[in-house]
Order: sequence, then structure tokens, then C-alpha cells
Amino acid sequence: MAKLLTYSEKNTWIHRLCGVTKLIFFILWSVVGMVTYDTRVLGVMLLLSLILFKMSKTDYRQVATIVKVVGFFLLINVIAIYAFSPGQGTKIYNCRTVIFHIIGPYDITKEQLFYEFNVILKYFTVVPIALMFILTTNPSEFAASLNKLGIKYTIGYSIAIALRYIPDVQNDFNEIKLAQEARGIDMSVKVSLPTRLKSMFAIIFPLIFSSLERIDTVSNAMELRGFGKNKRRTWYSEKKFSKSDYLSIIFVILSSVIAIIITFYDGNRFYNPF
Amino acid sequence: MKKSDIRSVAAIGIGTALFILLTLAAIPVGFIPNTQLQTRVAFLTFMSAIFGPVVGGAIGFLGHAIADASFYGGVWWSWVIPEGVYGIIIGIFALKFKIEDGGFGLKETVLFNIAQVVANIIAWIVIAPILDIVIYAEPANKVFAQGATSALLNIITVAIIGTILTKAYSKVKSKTSSLSVED
Repeated sequence: MAKLLTYSEKNTWIHRLCGVTKLIFFILWSVVGMVTYDTRVLGVMLLLSLILFKMSKTDYRQVATIVKVVGFFLLINVIAIYAFSPGQGTKIYNCRTVIFHIIGPYDITKEQLFYEFNVILKYFTVVPIALMFILTTNPSEFAASLNKLGIKYTIGYSIAIALRYIPDVQNDFNEIKLAQEARGIDMSVKVSLPTRLKSMFAIIFPLIFSSLERIDTVSNAMELRGFGKNKRRTWYSEKKFSKSDYLSIIFVILSSVIAIIITFYDGNRFYNPF
Repeated sequence: MKKSDIRSVAAIGIGTALFILLTLAAIPVGFIPNTQLQTRVAFLTFMSAIFGPVVGGAIGFLGHAIADASFYGGVWWSWVIPEGVYGIIIGIFALKFKIEDGGFGLKETVLFNIAQVVANIIAWIVIAPILDIVIYAEPANKVFAQGATSALLNIITVAIIGTILTKAYSKVKSKTSSLSVED
């Protein structure tokens, strides 16, 4: 089973920030990234996110596979956009500069290339921040800090349980897989796809049923400990807001506003150099 | 807080964890980007049908968002939101399925599949493409083709895996009708 990207402990100022600060940062960043199609704004955002990523002292090796996966996904996506709509760029930028002709409606136009370049840029402005958010935020501290935003603690607690139980459920998966293999189920590439599918069911069904039992066990334990008795609860891994938290939040709010103003300054969300 | 509410909190947590891991148990189809036969959709349908709209919506939304971030390094909100909506729509009919009472018979199976077809169409052919167009300005014909493909694949996945799973679970649960209230 592929390795899931999880929190890795380091001591940088980004790691020391509150989970909630990083969540606000991530949400605003991805909202601006979604709204704007302005090449200049996207470029600056990408540059900033790479600088922040560097500051978080994340090894490239940790994220190399994911970057490759995203790259591959984007490549197919960009090709699909072209295949389905080679004139999308012309439609957006209202002009048409043909570089050369391929076949039928498929021309390579400057506008289409520029539009597809923006699509790629748009995806990549969010990737470093999302990776950083996952890698630098302690799950329990994050659940605790959600409560600070005024979100009900039951929701924060659900998320904490989810993050806490991923390794356990993954263990279950591996155990069931080994047990089924010992009974003669073949999951390797040597068997045909339908057989592999059937073997997949032989693992997934016990996994789901054992997880349902786990839900009962966990909820009984929570009830015994008086979960939900009071309106408020305290958190073991709660962090106090520090000066750098306030500064980060002010920074991201200001830069979001500036980015939106620049984006819409010339009437719409696209930057038109043509 | 009632016992059932505590159970919902635990169900959202563990359901989300399993949903995220089942992302790895997907079978890629290949010809249209980001479309797969996803076992996790069958699981989401199953959970929503047992625990109702709140748990279903939360597992879909949180599970998809966290899985996106930790496997693909980005969150594609245009596909996260429909997943939550899908869970909510299935969950609305939860009481009608009588799964926990062991009453998941032919009538419930039909209703379950009608609900999943409707929910898949609303989520993937209506909401997801519209969000893709609004957020990413992608060409309409491309996103509708993409949405229709994943709706179709999801409908097939849920019709097979989801139905078998739900039936099997309901069989384990005892029928309430096997006991009668004493005066």
C-alpha cells in the first residue's frame, strides 16, 4: 500500500504556527488560487509558495512521488482540454493568433497555449501550500485549534479520530491481506484482472465490517468517559496564538485582498496580454 | 449528548479514515483523466445509508478533501463539494432502507439503487461540472464528459459493490420484527 503523506516533526517557524493559522492560510490561498486567472498574480503566488515551502525545510524526496503524480495528472488534463476544446483560449481572450495548423479544427494558437499554461500554473500555486499544510501540522493540535475558530468540538474531534485511526485501519488492511493471501488468494499481477478484483473484495469486506465494530467500541469508550456532557472541553495539545500567528494571518488576508484587486482591476479574472 | 450522537462522531471519524484509505483500492480507467472505479464510493453510499445525511455528507466532504491533499497535494474543491452532497442525498433516505433492522429486502434494494443513480447524476453531472467551469474555466464539453463518465462508473460500482455490501451487513443484523412488544 502506498505511503500516506503525514505530519513530520521539525522545528521551523512554520511548524510552530497554530494549526488554525495554517488552515486559514491554506483556505484563503486556495480560494484566491481558484478565483484568479491572472497570470501575474498566479506567478507571484507560485513563487511565494515555493519560498514558504523551502522555509518549512521539507525534503523534496518526501514529496517527489506526489509531485510526479500531480504532474502526470495535469499532463493528461491539459491534453484532454485541448482535445475537447482547442478554441477555449480564443474564446477567453477574444483573439486568435495561429502558430501552425495540425488537422481539422486543431490549430495551435498562442491564446490556447497561454490559457493552458495558466491552467497548469493555477494547479501548481496550491500544491506546495497543501503539501506544507499536511507535513507541518500536528493532527491533534489541528483538531484542538479548529475549536478555536468557533467550530463545534464534535467536528474537530471527528477529524482527530479520522487522522488518528488512519494508521490503525491501514494495519487492519495489511493484516487481512496477509491472512487472505495465506488462504491462497493471489493479489499479484500474475492473475487476471477479474480475479484480482474478486480478491480485492475478499479484503475490503472484512475491513469494512471490522471498522464498523471499531465504531461501536470507540463510541462506547467515548460515552463511558462522558464525551459531550459539557458544552466546552479542554485540549491536551492546544497552542496559544503567538505574534507570528497574527502576522501570518494579517499577511495572508492583505495579500489575498491585493491579489483580488489586481485580478479584477481590468474587468475580469483573466489577464489578457493579446 | 445522546448515545446516537456520540456514535455519529465516531462514525464520521473512522468512516473518513477508511474512505481515505479506500482511495488506494481504486481501479483506474485511464481514457479520461481522474476517473476510476472507486470502491470508496460504494463505501460512502453504504455509510450514508446506515448513518444518515450528516455522517454521509461529512465523510464525503472530509474524506475527499483529506485524500486529495495527502495523495495529490492539492484540494480540488469542485470535486470535494459534490462528494459531500452525494453523501447527504443518500443519507436522507437512510431510515427508509431499514439496514440496521435487517429489513433490506427487494423493495429497499430498488430504492437504494434509484437513490444512488439520482445522487450520482446530481453530484457529478450537475454540480461538479458547473463548479469546474466556474472555478477553473475549463471547457464545458470536457467537464461534462468527465462528469458523465465518473457518474456512470460510480453508478456501476455502487450497484455492484454497494448493494452486495449493504445486503451482507443487513443480513448480519437481526430483524426487529422477530420481537414483539409485550403489554
